[in-house]
Amino acid sequence: MEKKWEEMSADEKQEAQFQKLLVPQDPEGNDLQFQSQEAEVNYKASINRIKDAVQLKKTPDRVPVTILPSMFPYINAGMTVEEAMYDYDKCTEAFNKLILELKPDMNIGASAPGPGKFYEILDYKLYSWPGHGVKPEHCYQCNEREYMTAEEYDLLITDPSFYFRNFYLPRVFGALEGFTMLPPLTGILEMYGVAFSFIPYALPPVQGTFKALFEAGAEALKWAMAMGGSDLQLKSLGFPNILGGFTKAPFDTIGDTLRGTKGIMVDMYRQPDKLLKAMEGLVPIMIGMGIGASQQTGNPQIFMPLHKGADGFLSDEQFKKFYWPTFKQVMLGLIEGGCIPFPALEGSWGSRLEIIQDIPKGKTMWMVDQTDMGKAKETLGENACLIGNVPSSTLKLGTPDEVKDYCRKLIDTVGKGGGFIMGNGAFFDEAKLENVKAMFDVTREYGTYE
Amino acid sequence: MPSIKDKERIIMSEELARLLADLKEAEAIGYVEKALEQGTDPLDLLEGAKQGMNIVGQRFADADYFIPDLIFSGEILKGIIAILEPRLKNGKGEEAERLGKVIIGTVAGDIHDIGKDLVVFMLDVNGYDVTDLGIDVPAERFINAIKETGSTVVGLSGFLTLAFDSMKETVEAIREAGLRDDVKIMIGGGQINEQVRNFTGADAYGKDSVEAVKLAQRWIGG
Repeated sequence: MEKKWEEMSADEKQEAQFQKLLVPQDPEGNDLQFQSQEAEVNYKASINRIKDAVQLKKTPDRVPVTILPSMFPYINAGMTVEEAMYDYDKCTEAFNKLILELKPDMNIGASAPGPGKFYEILDYKLYSWPGHGVKPEHCYQCNEREYMTAEEYDLLITDPSFYFRNFYLPRVFGALEGFTMLPPLTGILEMYGVAFSFIPYALPPVQGTFKALFEAGAEALKWAMAMGGSDLQLKSLGFPNILGGFTKAPFDTIGDTLRGTKGIMVDMYRQPDKLLKAMEGLVPIMIGMGIGASQQTGNPQIFMPLHKGADGFLSDEQFKKFYWPTFKQVMLGLIEGGCIPFPALEGSWGSRLEIIQDIPKGKTMWMVDQTDMGKAKETLGENACLIGNVPSSTLKLGTPDEVKDYCRKLIDTVGKGGGFIMGNGAFFDEAKLENVKAMFDVTREYGTYE
Repeated sequence: MPSIKDKERIIMSEELARLLADLKEAEAIGYVEKALEQGTDPLDLLEGAKQGMNIVGQRFADADYFIPDLIFSGEILKGIIAILEPRLKNGKGEEAERLGKVIIGTVAGDIHDIGKDLVVFMLDVNGYDVTDLGIDVPAERFINAIKETGSTVVGLSGFLTLAFDSMKETVEAIREAGLRDDVKIMIGGGQINEQVRNFTGADAYGKDSVEAVKLAQRWIGG
């Protein structure tokens, strides 16, 4: 008899996830109809390649190759980022065209531009995007501020959801101002007094916020349908998107968009205990975010963009005290839940490799940007699959031959013994297509294992 | 021979420099308040604070300090200045002689500022007169700033791949304005390397704020 999910070990859960990926389903829950036998063969070969690279038990048939772009697929198709954000069909068309041309072993879907109209409906202030603070041809960029003040840690620690709804969200979404008037849900207990908790829902600002939410939800769904359709089409043609969702290291959760870089760094001195407590409180929330997304999408890879743990941002002591413990806990929780944490080491992480190496073997995959890949292979690579690290500068400014030379070196050193996926090191907007193609060609020609 | 009074002044400012450099916020603020009560010249305390920031910059360059330490020292300094400012007769007192002028900005289309701010901070504590043009700076503003300040070093910052083109265009515009031979141009940011430097036509790139200071030292002296 098959074991129940809850009874499985982390190993068995991961294996079950890959087996599920090998037999993809359509939205109705039936076996997916591939468009050709070749598509089915290619799809399964790609999944097995990724699986072998991640699990580190044996070498795949060849080094898998992928592209993890930001706005490149859309700019490459000759459209502005603004068009990609507002015309969902044009967006997915451009993405699918690029995938069919490159044939990556995994892709991350066309969701990077996101739904422009949705951000407009909610009056999103956290980012500037085309037509709203940046030029039509440029990518959206974050407006870093102290959206959470230094005095609000107790509120965040006591009830993160209440804090997010009543304080943080109305600051980053203009249309959610009405949330500031809502009482905590946990005050709804028994018949006597229960009605008091519902009075604010009669107030015009709250109703205005809910109207905006309905509208935003409808727009998000419209966009998600376009994304889902594109995914399904690519899958049926043999190209898997196995990205399940994303979550963050608690230090980045607070440091990126709540307190900001300066805020969190000052907190490390002025209120270290509260910062540590708030991060511990976020651990189960960040785990739940990843597992929840994975259950929704059916895909196990949970992306974790890592920012403030990079070389130079913190000292080793600070990294060990403030960054690593809760980051590790989130990864372990995801692994327990059958997910594959997929952290991206943005920037350079050479000084952290020996610390972050301390993770269960064959359970994670890491996108590597500018860290020395040889050193990464000897340390982190002992326990984890590495993806990367073809530089943005070479892809944009180099020649196909330069790209091929770079990739051959990666295959020789990092590809040795498996555990490596070829790809770009940082999310990029601009590149020469011939250079991107060269990365794929050389991996297929040169990256075969005996 | 310094007088006893002078010796006292030196000791006072050295003590404040030490407290600030060691990032003892409460002690440093307490020291300033107490010293003022005892009649210390606020200018001496300001001098001590500046020395303290120099030490912080040095420790950062030596990799004893990291970004949180740098940022926190700036916060402590802000607190000290807030106490001293109302008591200083001529604003911030006499500006010490500066080594040279540098213009810094994040290029057009890019709004990232963390790296740029660190470069500004390090140049400032190392004695340069820095004009910070902020983020998303069009080429004309760099050109106007060169004309207005007479700066001989320009730093272009950028995080995104779009910044490669903006940097190239900015260097080009400076050339067209006839100012290219008057300035040295350095670039820096997330994906910047020698290949990008070559593409943009800048004179050098630096991988971090410490290298930016070294470049300024090489070009201006100090």
